[in-house]
Amino acid sequence: MNAHAELGQAQAAFRDALIAHGLLIPMGVDGLYGRSGTFEEVIERFNALVTRHGGHEGAEIMRFPPSISRQVFEESGYLKSFPQLAGTVHSFMGNDRDHQALIEKLLAKEDWTAGQKATQVVLTPAACYPLYPVVAARGPLPAEGALLDVYSWCFRHEPSIDPARMQQFRQREYVRIGTAAQVMAFRQLWIDRGTAIMSSLGIPLHVDVANDPFFGRAGRMLAANQRDQTLKFELLVPITSSEKPTACLSFNYHQDHFGHAWGLRTHDGGTAHTACVGFGVERIALALFRHHGLDVKAWPQAVRDQLWG
Amino acid sequence: MQALHSARRAFSQKVSLGTGAFVTSVTDSIREVLREGGALPVDIATLDDADDLYAAGLTSHATVNLMLGLEEKFDIEFPDHLLRRRTFESIASIRAAITELLGNEVAA
Repeated sequence: MNAHAELGQAQAAFRDALIAHGLLIPMGVDGLYGRSGTFEEVIERFNALVTRHGGHEGAEIMRFPPSISRQVFEESGYLKSFPQLAGTVHSFMGNDRDHQALIEKLLAKEDWTAGQKATQVVLTPAACYPLYPVVAARGPLPAEGALLDVYSWCFRHEPSIDPARMQQFRQREYVRIGTAAQVMAFRQLWIDRGTAIMSSLGIPLHVDVANDPFFGRAGRMLAANQRDQTLKFELLVPITSSEKPTACLSFNYHQDHFGHAWGLRTHDGGTAHTACVGFGVERIALALFRHHGLDVKAWPQAVRDQLWG
Repeated sequence: MQALHSARRAFSQKVSLGTGAFVTSVTDSIREVLREGGALPVDIATLDDADDLYAAGLTSHATVNLMLGLEEKFDIEFPDHLLRRRTFESIASIRAAITELLGNEVAA
């Protein structure tokens, strides 16, 4: 068996085990799952652990619905980099005759979606996207910059049998906005903190330079640029493969990309830089189940103490 | 397109023209792409061939547009190993990459 088929088999086996134990609930589409009470409890406990490490620094909490406006989406530049991952919300906007045509196509099992029109709503691609225009609208930042805490469902169109690559999942993030020096210090702080948090949970890991999945040939250059400038680091955990470990946390320096996109200003009028730490909470739960077993009551006491202590 | 044709003609006549004329022609075409594409917030005429384009304000996304503009101008395709930040860091480094590509093409 080649390596690709082997990986697919390992992913399918882990997915099937999670479903058999009732932790994930299949919904008929790759990458779309319900979660059991136990799965959710692990995620809630992990989120509380993150807050214990980062909540004392006065981050402003913002919680958004899992969507952003089409205008914010367009301004973000997401389509330049990741057109293949975006999910836009479309709805029926026709009259009675159009409705009849829709029903006829539906009954005939033909494609009824062509008449759907784009709404002003786009699914959130990353938890931090909605906050930048909100912060920008407040005017220049104070001298100490800004620190925010967001948590949101996200969508990325990449159907996969890998349970660690869901189409809809949640990201917890801390986001720093300020000068380049401020946001770089924040990113290093969270590389250290994130490593400490995950180590305390008895999970094998390593941190490495990474790139985002930019689209096409232009994307290959954007990815090479991102790596050359070490803009992105990931904390990687073997879940279904040791050779291709899964990114559970990412530490991102956006330079002034979002600062330019939305006119974020530092206290002295310069374009603000931004950075974020993102926790892929489903992936972290899956890493815990993978390394400590599918029965949370049988997890090592030290791990349980971290989460339930 | 005129510049492209002149660059290619210059290359094919490199022996008779001499390397100097070829280099000048390619350099002029690169400067034209930089000027027309608006990739930089500064006047390209103020930059020397060796100046750092990133320091002059070239962004990652502008580099993509620059790459596509150069491909169209010279009728080339940058292979993966040249899709790097350093390929586009100066007019001189772009010229080295394009010279390599045009040279391979003619030699093939």
